Amino acid sequence: MSQAIPAGTKWWNGGKSPYNVEYGKLMMWFFLMSDAFTFGAFLISYGTIRFSSNSWPNPNEVFRSFPIVGEMKIPLAFVSLMTFILIMSSVTMVLAVANGHAGKKYEVAKWLGWTIVGGFAFLGCQAWEWTHLHHEGAWWGRNPFLNIDGTQSSTNFTNFFFTITGFHGFHVFSGVIINIIMLIMTLKGSFEKRGHYLMIEKAGLYWHFVDLVWVFVFTCFYLL
Amino acid sequence: MSDAHSIASSEHHEPSFSTKAIWKTFWILLIITVAELVLAILYYETDFLPKHFLNGIFVIGTLAKAFFIIAEFMHLRHEIKNLILSLAIPALLFIWFIIAFLWDGNSYKNLRNDYDRHHLEQSKTKAPEAKKPGAAD
Repeated sequence: MSQAIPAGTKWWNGGKSPYNVEYGKLMMWFFLMSDAFTFGAFLISYGTIRFSSNSWPNPNEVFRSFPIVGEMKIPLAFVSLMTFILIMSSVTMVLAVANGHAGKKYEVAKWLGWTIVGGFAFLGCQAWEWTHLHHEGAWWGRNPFLNIDGTQSSTNFTNFFFTITGFHGFHVFSGVIINIIMLIMTLKGSFEKRGHYLMIEKAGLYWHFVDLVWVFVFTCFYLL
Repeated sequence: MSDAHSIASSEHHEPSFSTKAIWKTFWILLIITVAELVLAILYYETDFLPKHFLNGIFVIGTLAKAFFIIAEFMHLRHEIKNLILSLAIPALLFIWFIIAFLWDGNSYKNLRNDYDRHHLEQSKTKAPEAKKPGAAD
């Protein structure tokens, strides 16, 4: 990428941002950093407990249902759909940001709209999965699933599952709310008046972060 | 694409996004995810690989996906080095974080199995027949 930065620029001599980004964007990055450590702490404590257990439930047995077709017995199919939805909504978000750079108001609104649709689709899927697991008897403090070796499992599995996917779902939900606010501001022309769409970029960073966290949640709970 | 950011604030020279790169990243992410899925299902059906080996592949796939999301979607690859390093260096703490805690969990398991035979026996006892949904633990 060509940038209009002269070679040998002394970034730390003062007078300009040593990061060459706008203040709000830098703060969003640092917020995401701290949020990454929060999620990291959750996932690592999950890992620690799992490593300290003699056996653990098999995710392929637990997560194998698909709505409407019911017990189709295809392990992980539904969660893959959720992953696909989230990756897709990440793409539409980048397209919104890219169009923001070009200053195309209605293109930004269109792609933001699709991102919001993706966010709601993901939340809907998660609501279905939670409901389904709850019907099977899983909840905080209750674990109907046996360990992979047929021994009785503790409630650690469900406690971590609902806490971490719940915390992530809450992030998705706030991301959708932020995107809706961005959409309203775009349509009202607030960014046009400002002359730039940097707010969309900050919302975009947050949205991609949510996608990023899901990648790790997906691996930790469904694959490993 | 040089005039793409003519509307952006004049102080910051944000590099523009290329739609081609975005879709390329999308396909990479999709292919990695599908590959992981296929491996997980194959393992479930056939046990064709040792689980530890498979887990290694999953972790590498996950890190690759994380890299592409951060570098391309979050655009970090196109920022200046100061910003990249300010985010990447603190993130290195995760390496210690993960190793230390998983090690600790494993050590706790071994100590407990050694010194609490009752716990060990219990964790080797098969549960009675599959429980009905809704049964308490």
